[in-house]
Amino acid sequence: MNKIPNRQAICEVLMERAKEDKDIVVLCSDSRGSASMTPFAERFPEQFVEVGIAEQNLVSISAGLAKCKKKPFAASPACFLSTRSYEQAKVDCAYSNTNVTLIGISGGISYGALGMSHHSAQDIAAMSAIPNMRVYLPSDRFQTAKLIEALLQDEKPSYIRVGRNAVEDIYTEDNCPFEMDRATVVCEGNDAAIIACGEMVKPAVDAAKLLEKEGISVSVVDMYCVKPLDKKTIIQAAEHAKLVVTAEEHAPFGGLGSMVSQVVAQECPKKVVNLALPDAPVITGNSREVFDHYGLNAEGIAKTIKENL
Amino acid sequence: MTAGGKEGKMENLKALSYDLRKNVVDMIMEGKGGHIGGDMSVMDILVELYFEQMNISPEQMEDPDRDRFVMSKGHSVEALYAVLAAKGFFPIEQVIREFSKFGSKFIGHPNNKLPGIEMNSGSLGHGLPVCVGMALAGKMDKKAYRVYTVMGDGELAEGSVWEGVMAAHQYKLDNLCAVVDRNRLQISGNTEDVMSHDSQEERWSSFGWHVISIDGNNYQELKAAFEEAKTVKGSPTVIIANTVKGFGSPLMENKANWHHKVPNAEEYTQIMKDLETGKEAALHE
Ligand SMILES: Cc1ncc(C[n+]2csc(CCOP(=O)(O)OP(=O)(O)O)c2C)c(N)n1
Repeated sequence: MNKIPNRQAICEVLMERAKEDKDIVVLCSDSRGSASMTPFAERFPEQFVEVGIAEQNLVSISAGLAKCKKKPFAASPACFLSTRSYEQAKVDCAYSNTNVTLIGISGGISYGALGMSHHSAQDIAAMSAIPNMRVYLPSDRFQTAKLIEALLQDEKPSYIRVGRNAVEDIYTEDNCPFEMDRATVVCEGNDAAIIACGEMVKPAVDAAKLLEKEGISVSVVDMYCVKPLDKKTIIQAAEHAKLVVTAEEHAPFGGLGSMVSQVVAQECPKKVVNLALPDAPVITGNSREVFDHYGLNAEGIAKTIKENL
Repeated sequence: MTAGGKEGKMENLKALSYDLRKNVVDMIMEGKGGHIGGDMSVMDILVELYFEQMNISPEQMEDPDRDRFVMSKGHSVEALYAVLAAKGFFPIEQVIREFSKFGSKFIGHPNNKLPGIEMNSGSLGHGLPVCVGMALAGKMDKKAYRVYTVMGDGELAEGSVWEGVMAAHQYKLDNLCAVVDRNRLQISGNTEDVMSHDSQEERWSSFGWHVISIDGNNYQELKAAFEEAKTVKGSPTVIIANTVKGFGSPLMENKANWHHKVPNAEEYTQIMKDLETGKEAALHE
């Protein structure tokens, strides 16, 4: 079982690249520990900015740095980064088109029993609704690293959400197919297609394996690029399947499910079932308990497919 | 020997506070999480407020004249649970058993589905502006109730705090009393290294607030400060409560890594022993 959370994978890439690239700046809001950025802060104190518990300040300062040719990576809990600093993200990053990478850590319901103030089940909807803001939910540590490498190549704003816990690997060091803004088809199948992002990709893959044993063939699409959404891959997967199921750690509105449904309805009408968190504060529990409760696990996804085929 | 009964006046609040700190440690052990350092620093402020200052009890929660309290530093909810349980809002055994567990209502931040809690918190920098609203309503309705909030010092980096500070002065909210749990630590270390809050008293007074600076783990000083705040007319009061994070056990005191550490078995035994020693000393003062 992998022990490296995606947030640590981000720090490792940034540390490697910061040796040569002195314009990389990491900013935290009393969040360096939870962002796994303490090693960066210690190793590159001149390239690290601490703003204290002030997420709005964090994002605006990042935008200012970016306007002066720095490459800021602002890491703060996804719940605060995506809602407390929403306007800063909209105006200072997206609207002004500054090269800011917002890293929402402990995303979704990672914070478990800390409750709704600490959950970010709205971030996909909120961030995606901003013109010029890109939204990424990488699935495992290898993909996360590739995404950060790719983001270092361009100069546009983006929001990345990663979870708090280490997640099981989907890819390997040597086999992690990655093309910027193109979803990864993890496995092919022609009965149903599962389109998932972030921590839901692994259970989607496991659901496909469960169903394979029962003679049901399912494709799995890792839609790490929620925005810009890879419509082509969605259409391809939907055209080959009788049913499309989406899975995401997000509210039932405005997230991956809504976006995929829009595309499928318009381009190749087919039944789409959206699996997501409820429109309510989630039950108290750790990520595993909460996912199990709402059927956001391999068994739940497999069951949904069987019921709807 | 117990320090007090279920409700009403405690003859020895200091001794009680050690019992409540033990409850906090038990909650955190059971729930395998919690913000122990700030619970320990804020405990005396909460005990003084709930047992001496505010007219809040399970019977009074529907009373429009009750005082209002918002736990702005919501992560110290374990301390609040212990105090609310001691006031009779719910059984402490239930809180300890269920805290943070699957399906529990006792989550890691204040939630107003529970009796005794007015406002949900957890995102820092909300409590004071919400209290400005509550105090304004009190003025509009010509009510005598008072409004209290407790903030962390790290929390003061949130701009929203200072928006509330300005508004409270603008509307001359002398029915509002804010407390800063000035324990000088936050997650990433010393507050002065993370984002400095030096000249704390001058900052608040320059915004037009009445400022009282005290030892926030001392009941005489806490009581005197809250009493003084009640006499102030035409401006809100802030009490800068200089406290010790992790108060009660040298193992944790003034150590940043105890912000949200869960004690191991050995540390648990030591902390409980230290708290018992503190209680005994308080009983024989
Ligand atoms: C808006 C917001 N940002 C970040 C956090 C995460 N957080 C929880 S506690 C804490 C440190 C609080 O420090 P301080 O206010 O000094 O409280 P204390 O030391 O008394 O625990 C942080 C950053 C939060 N709860 N809310």
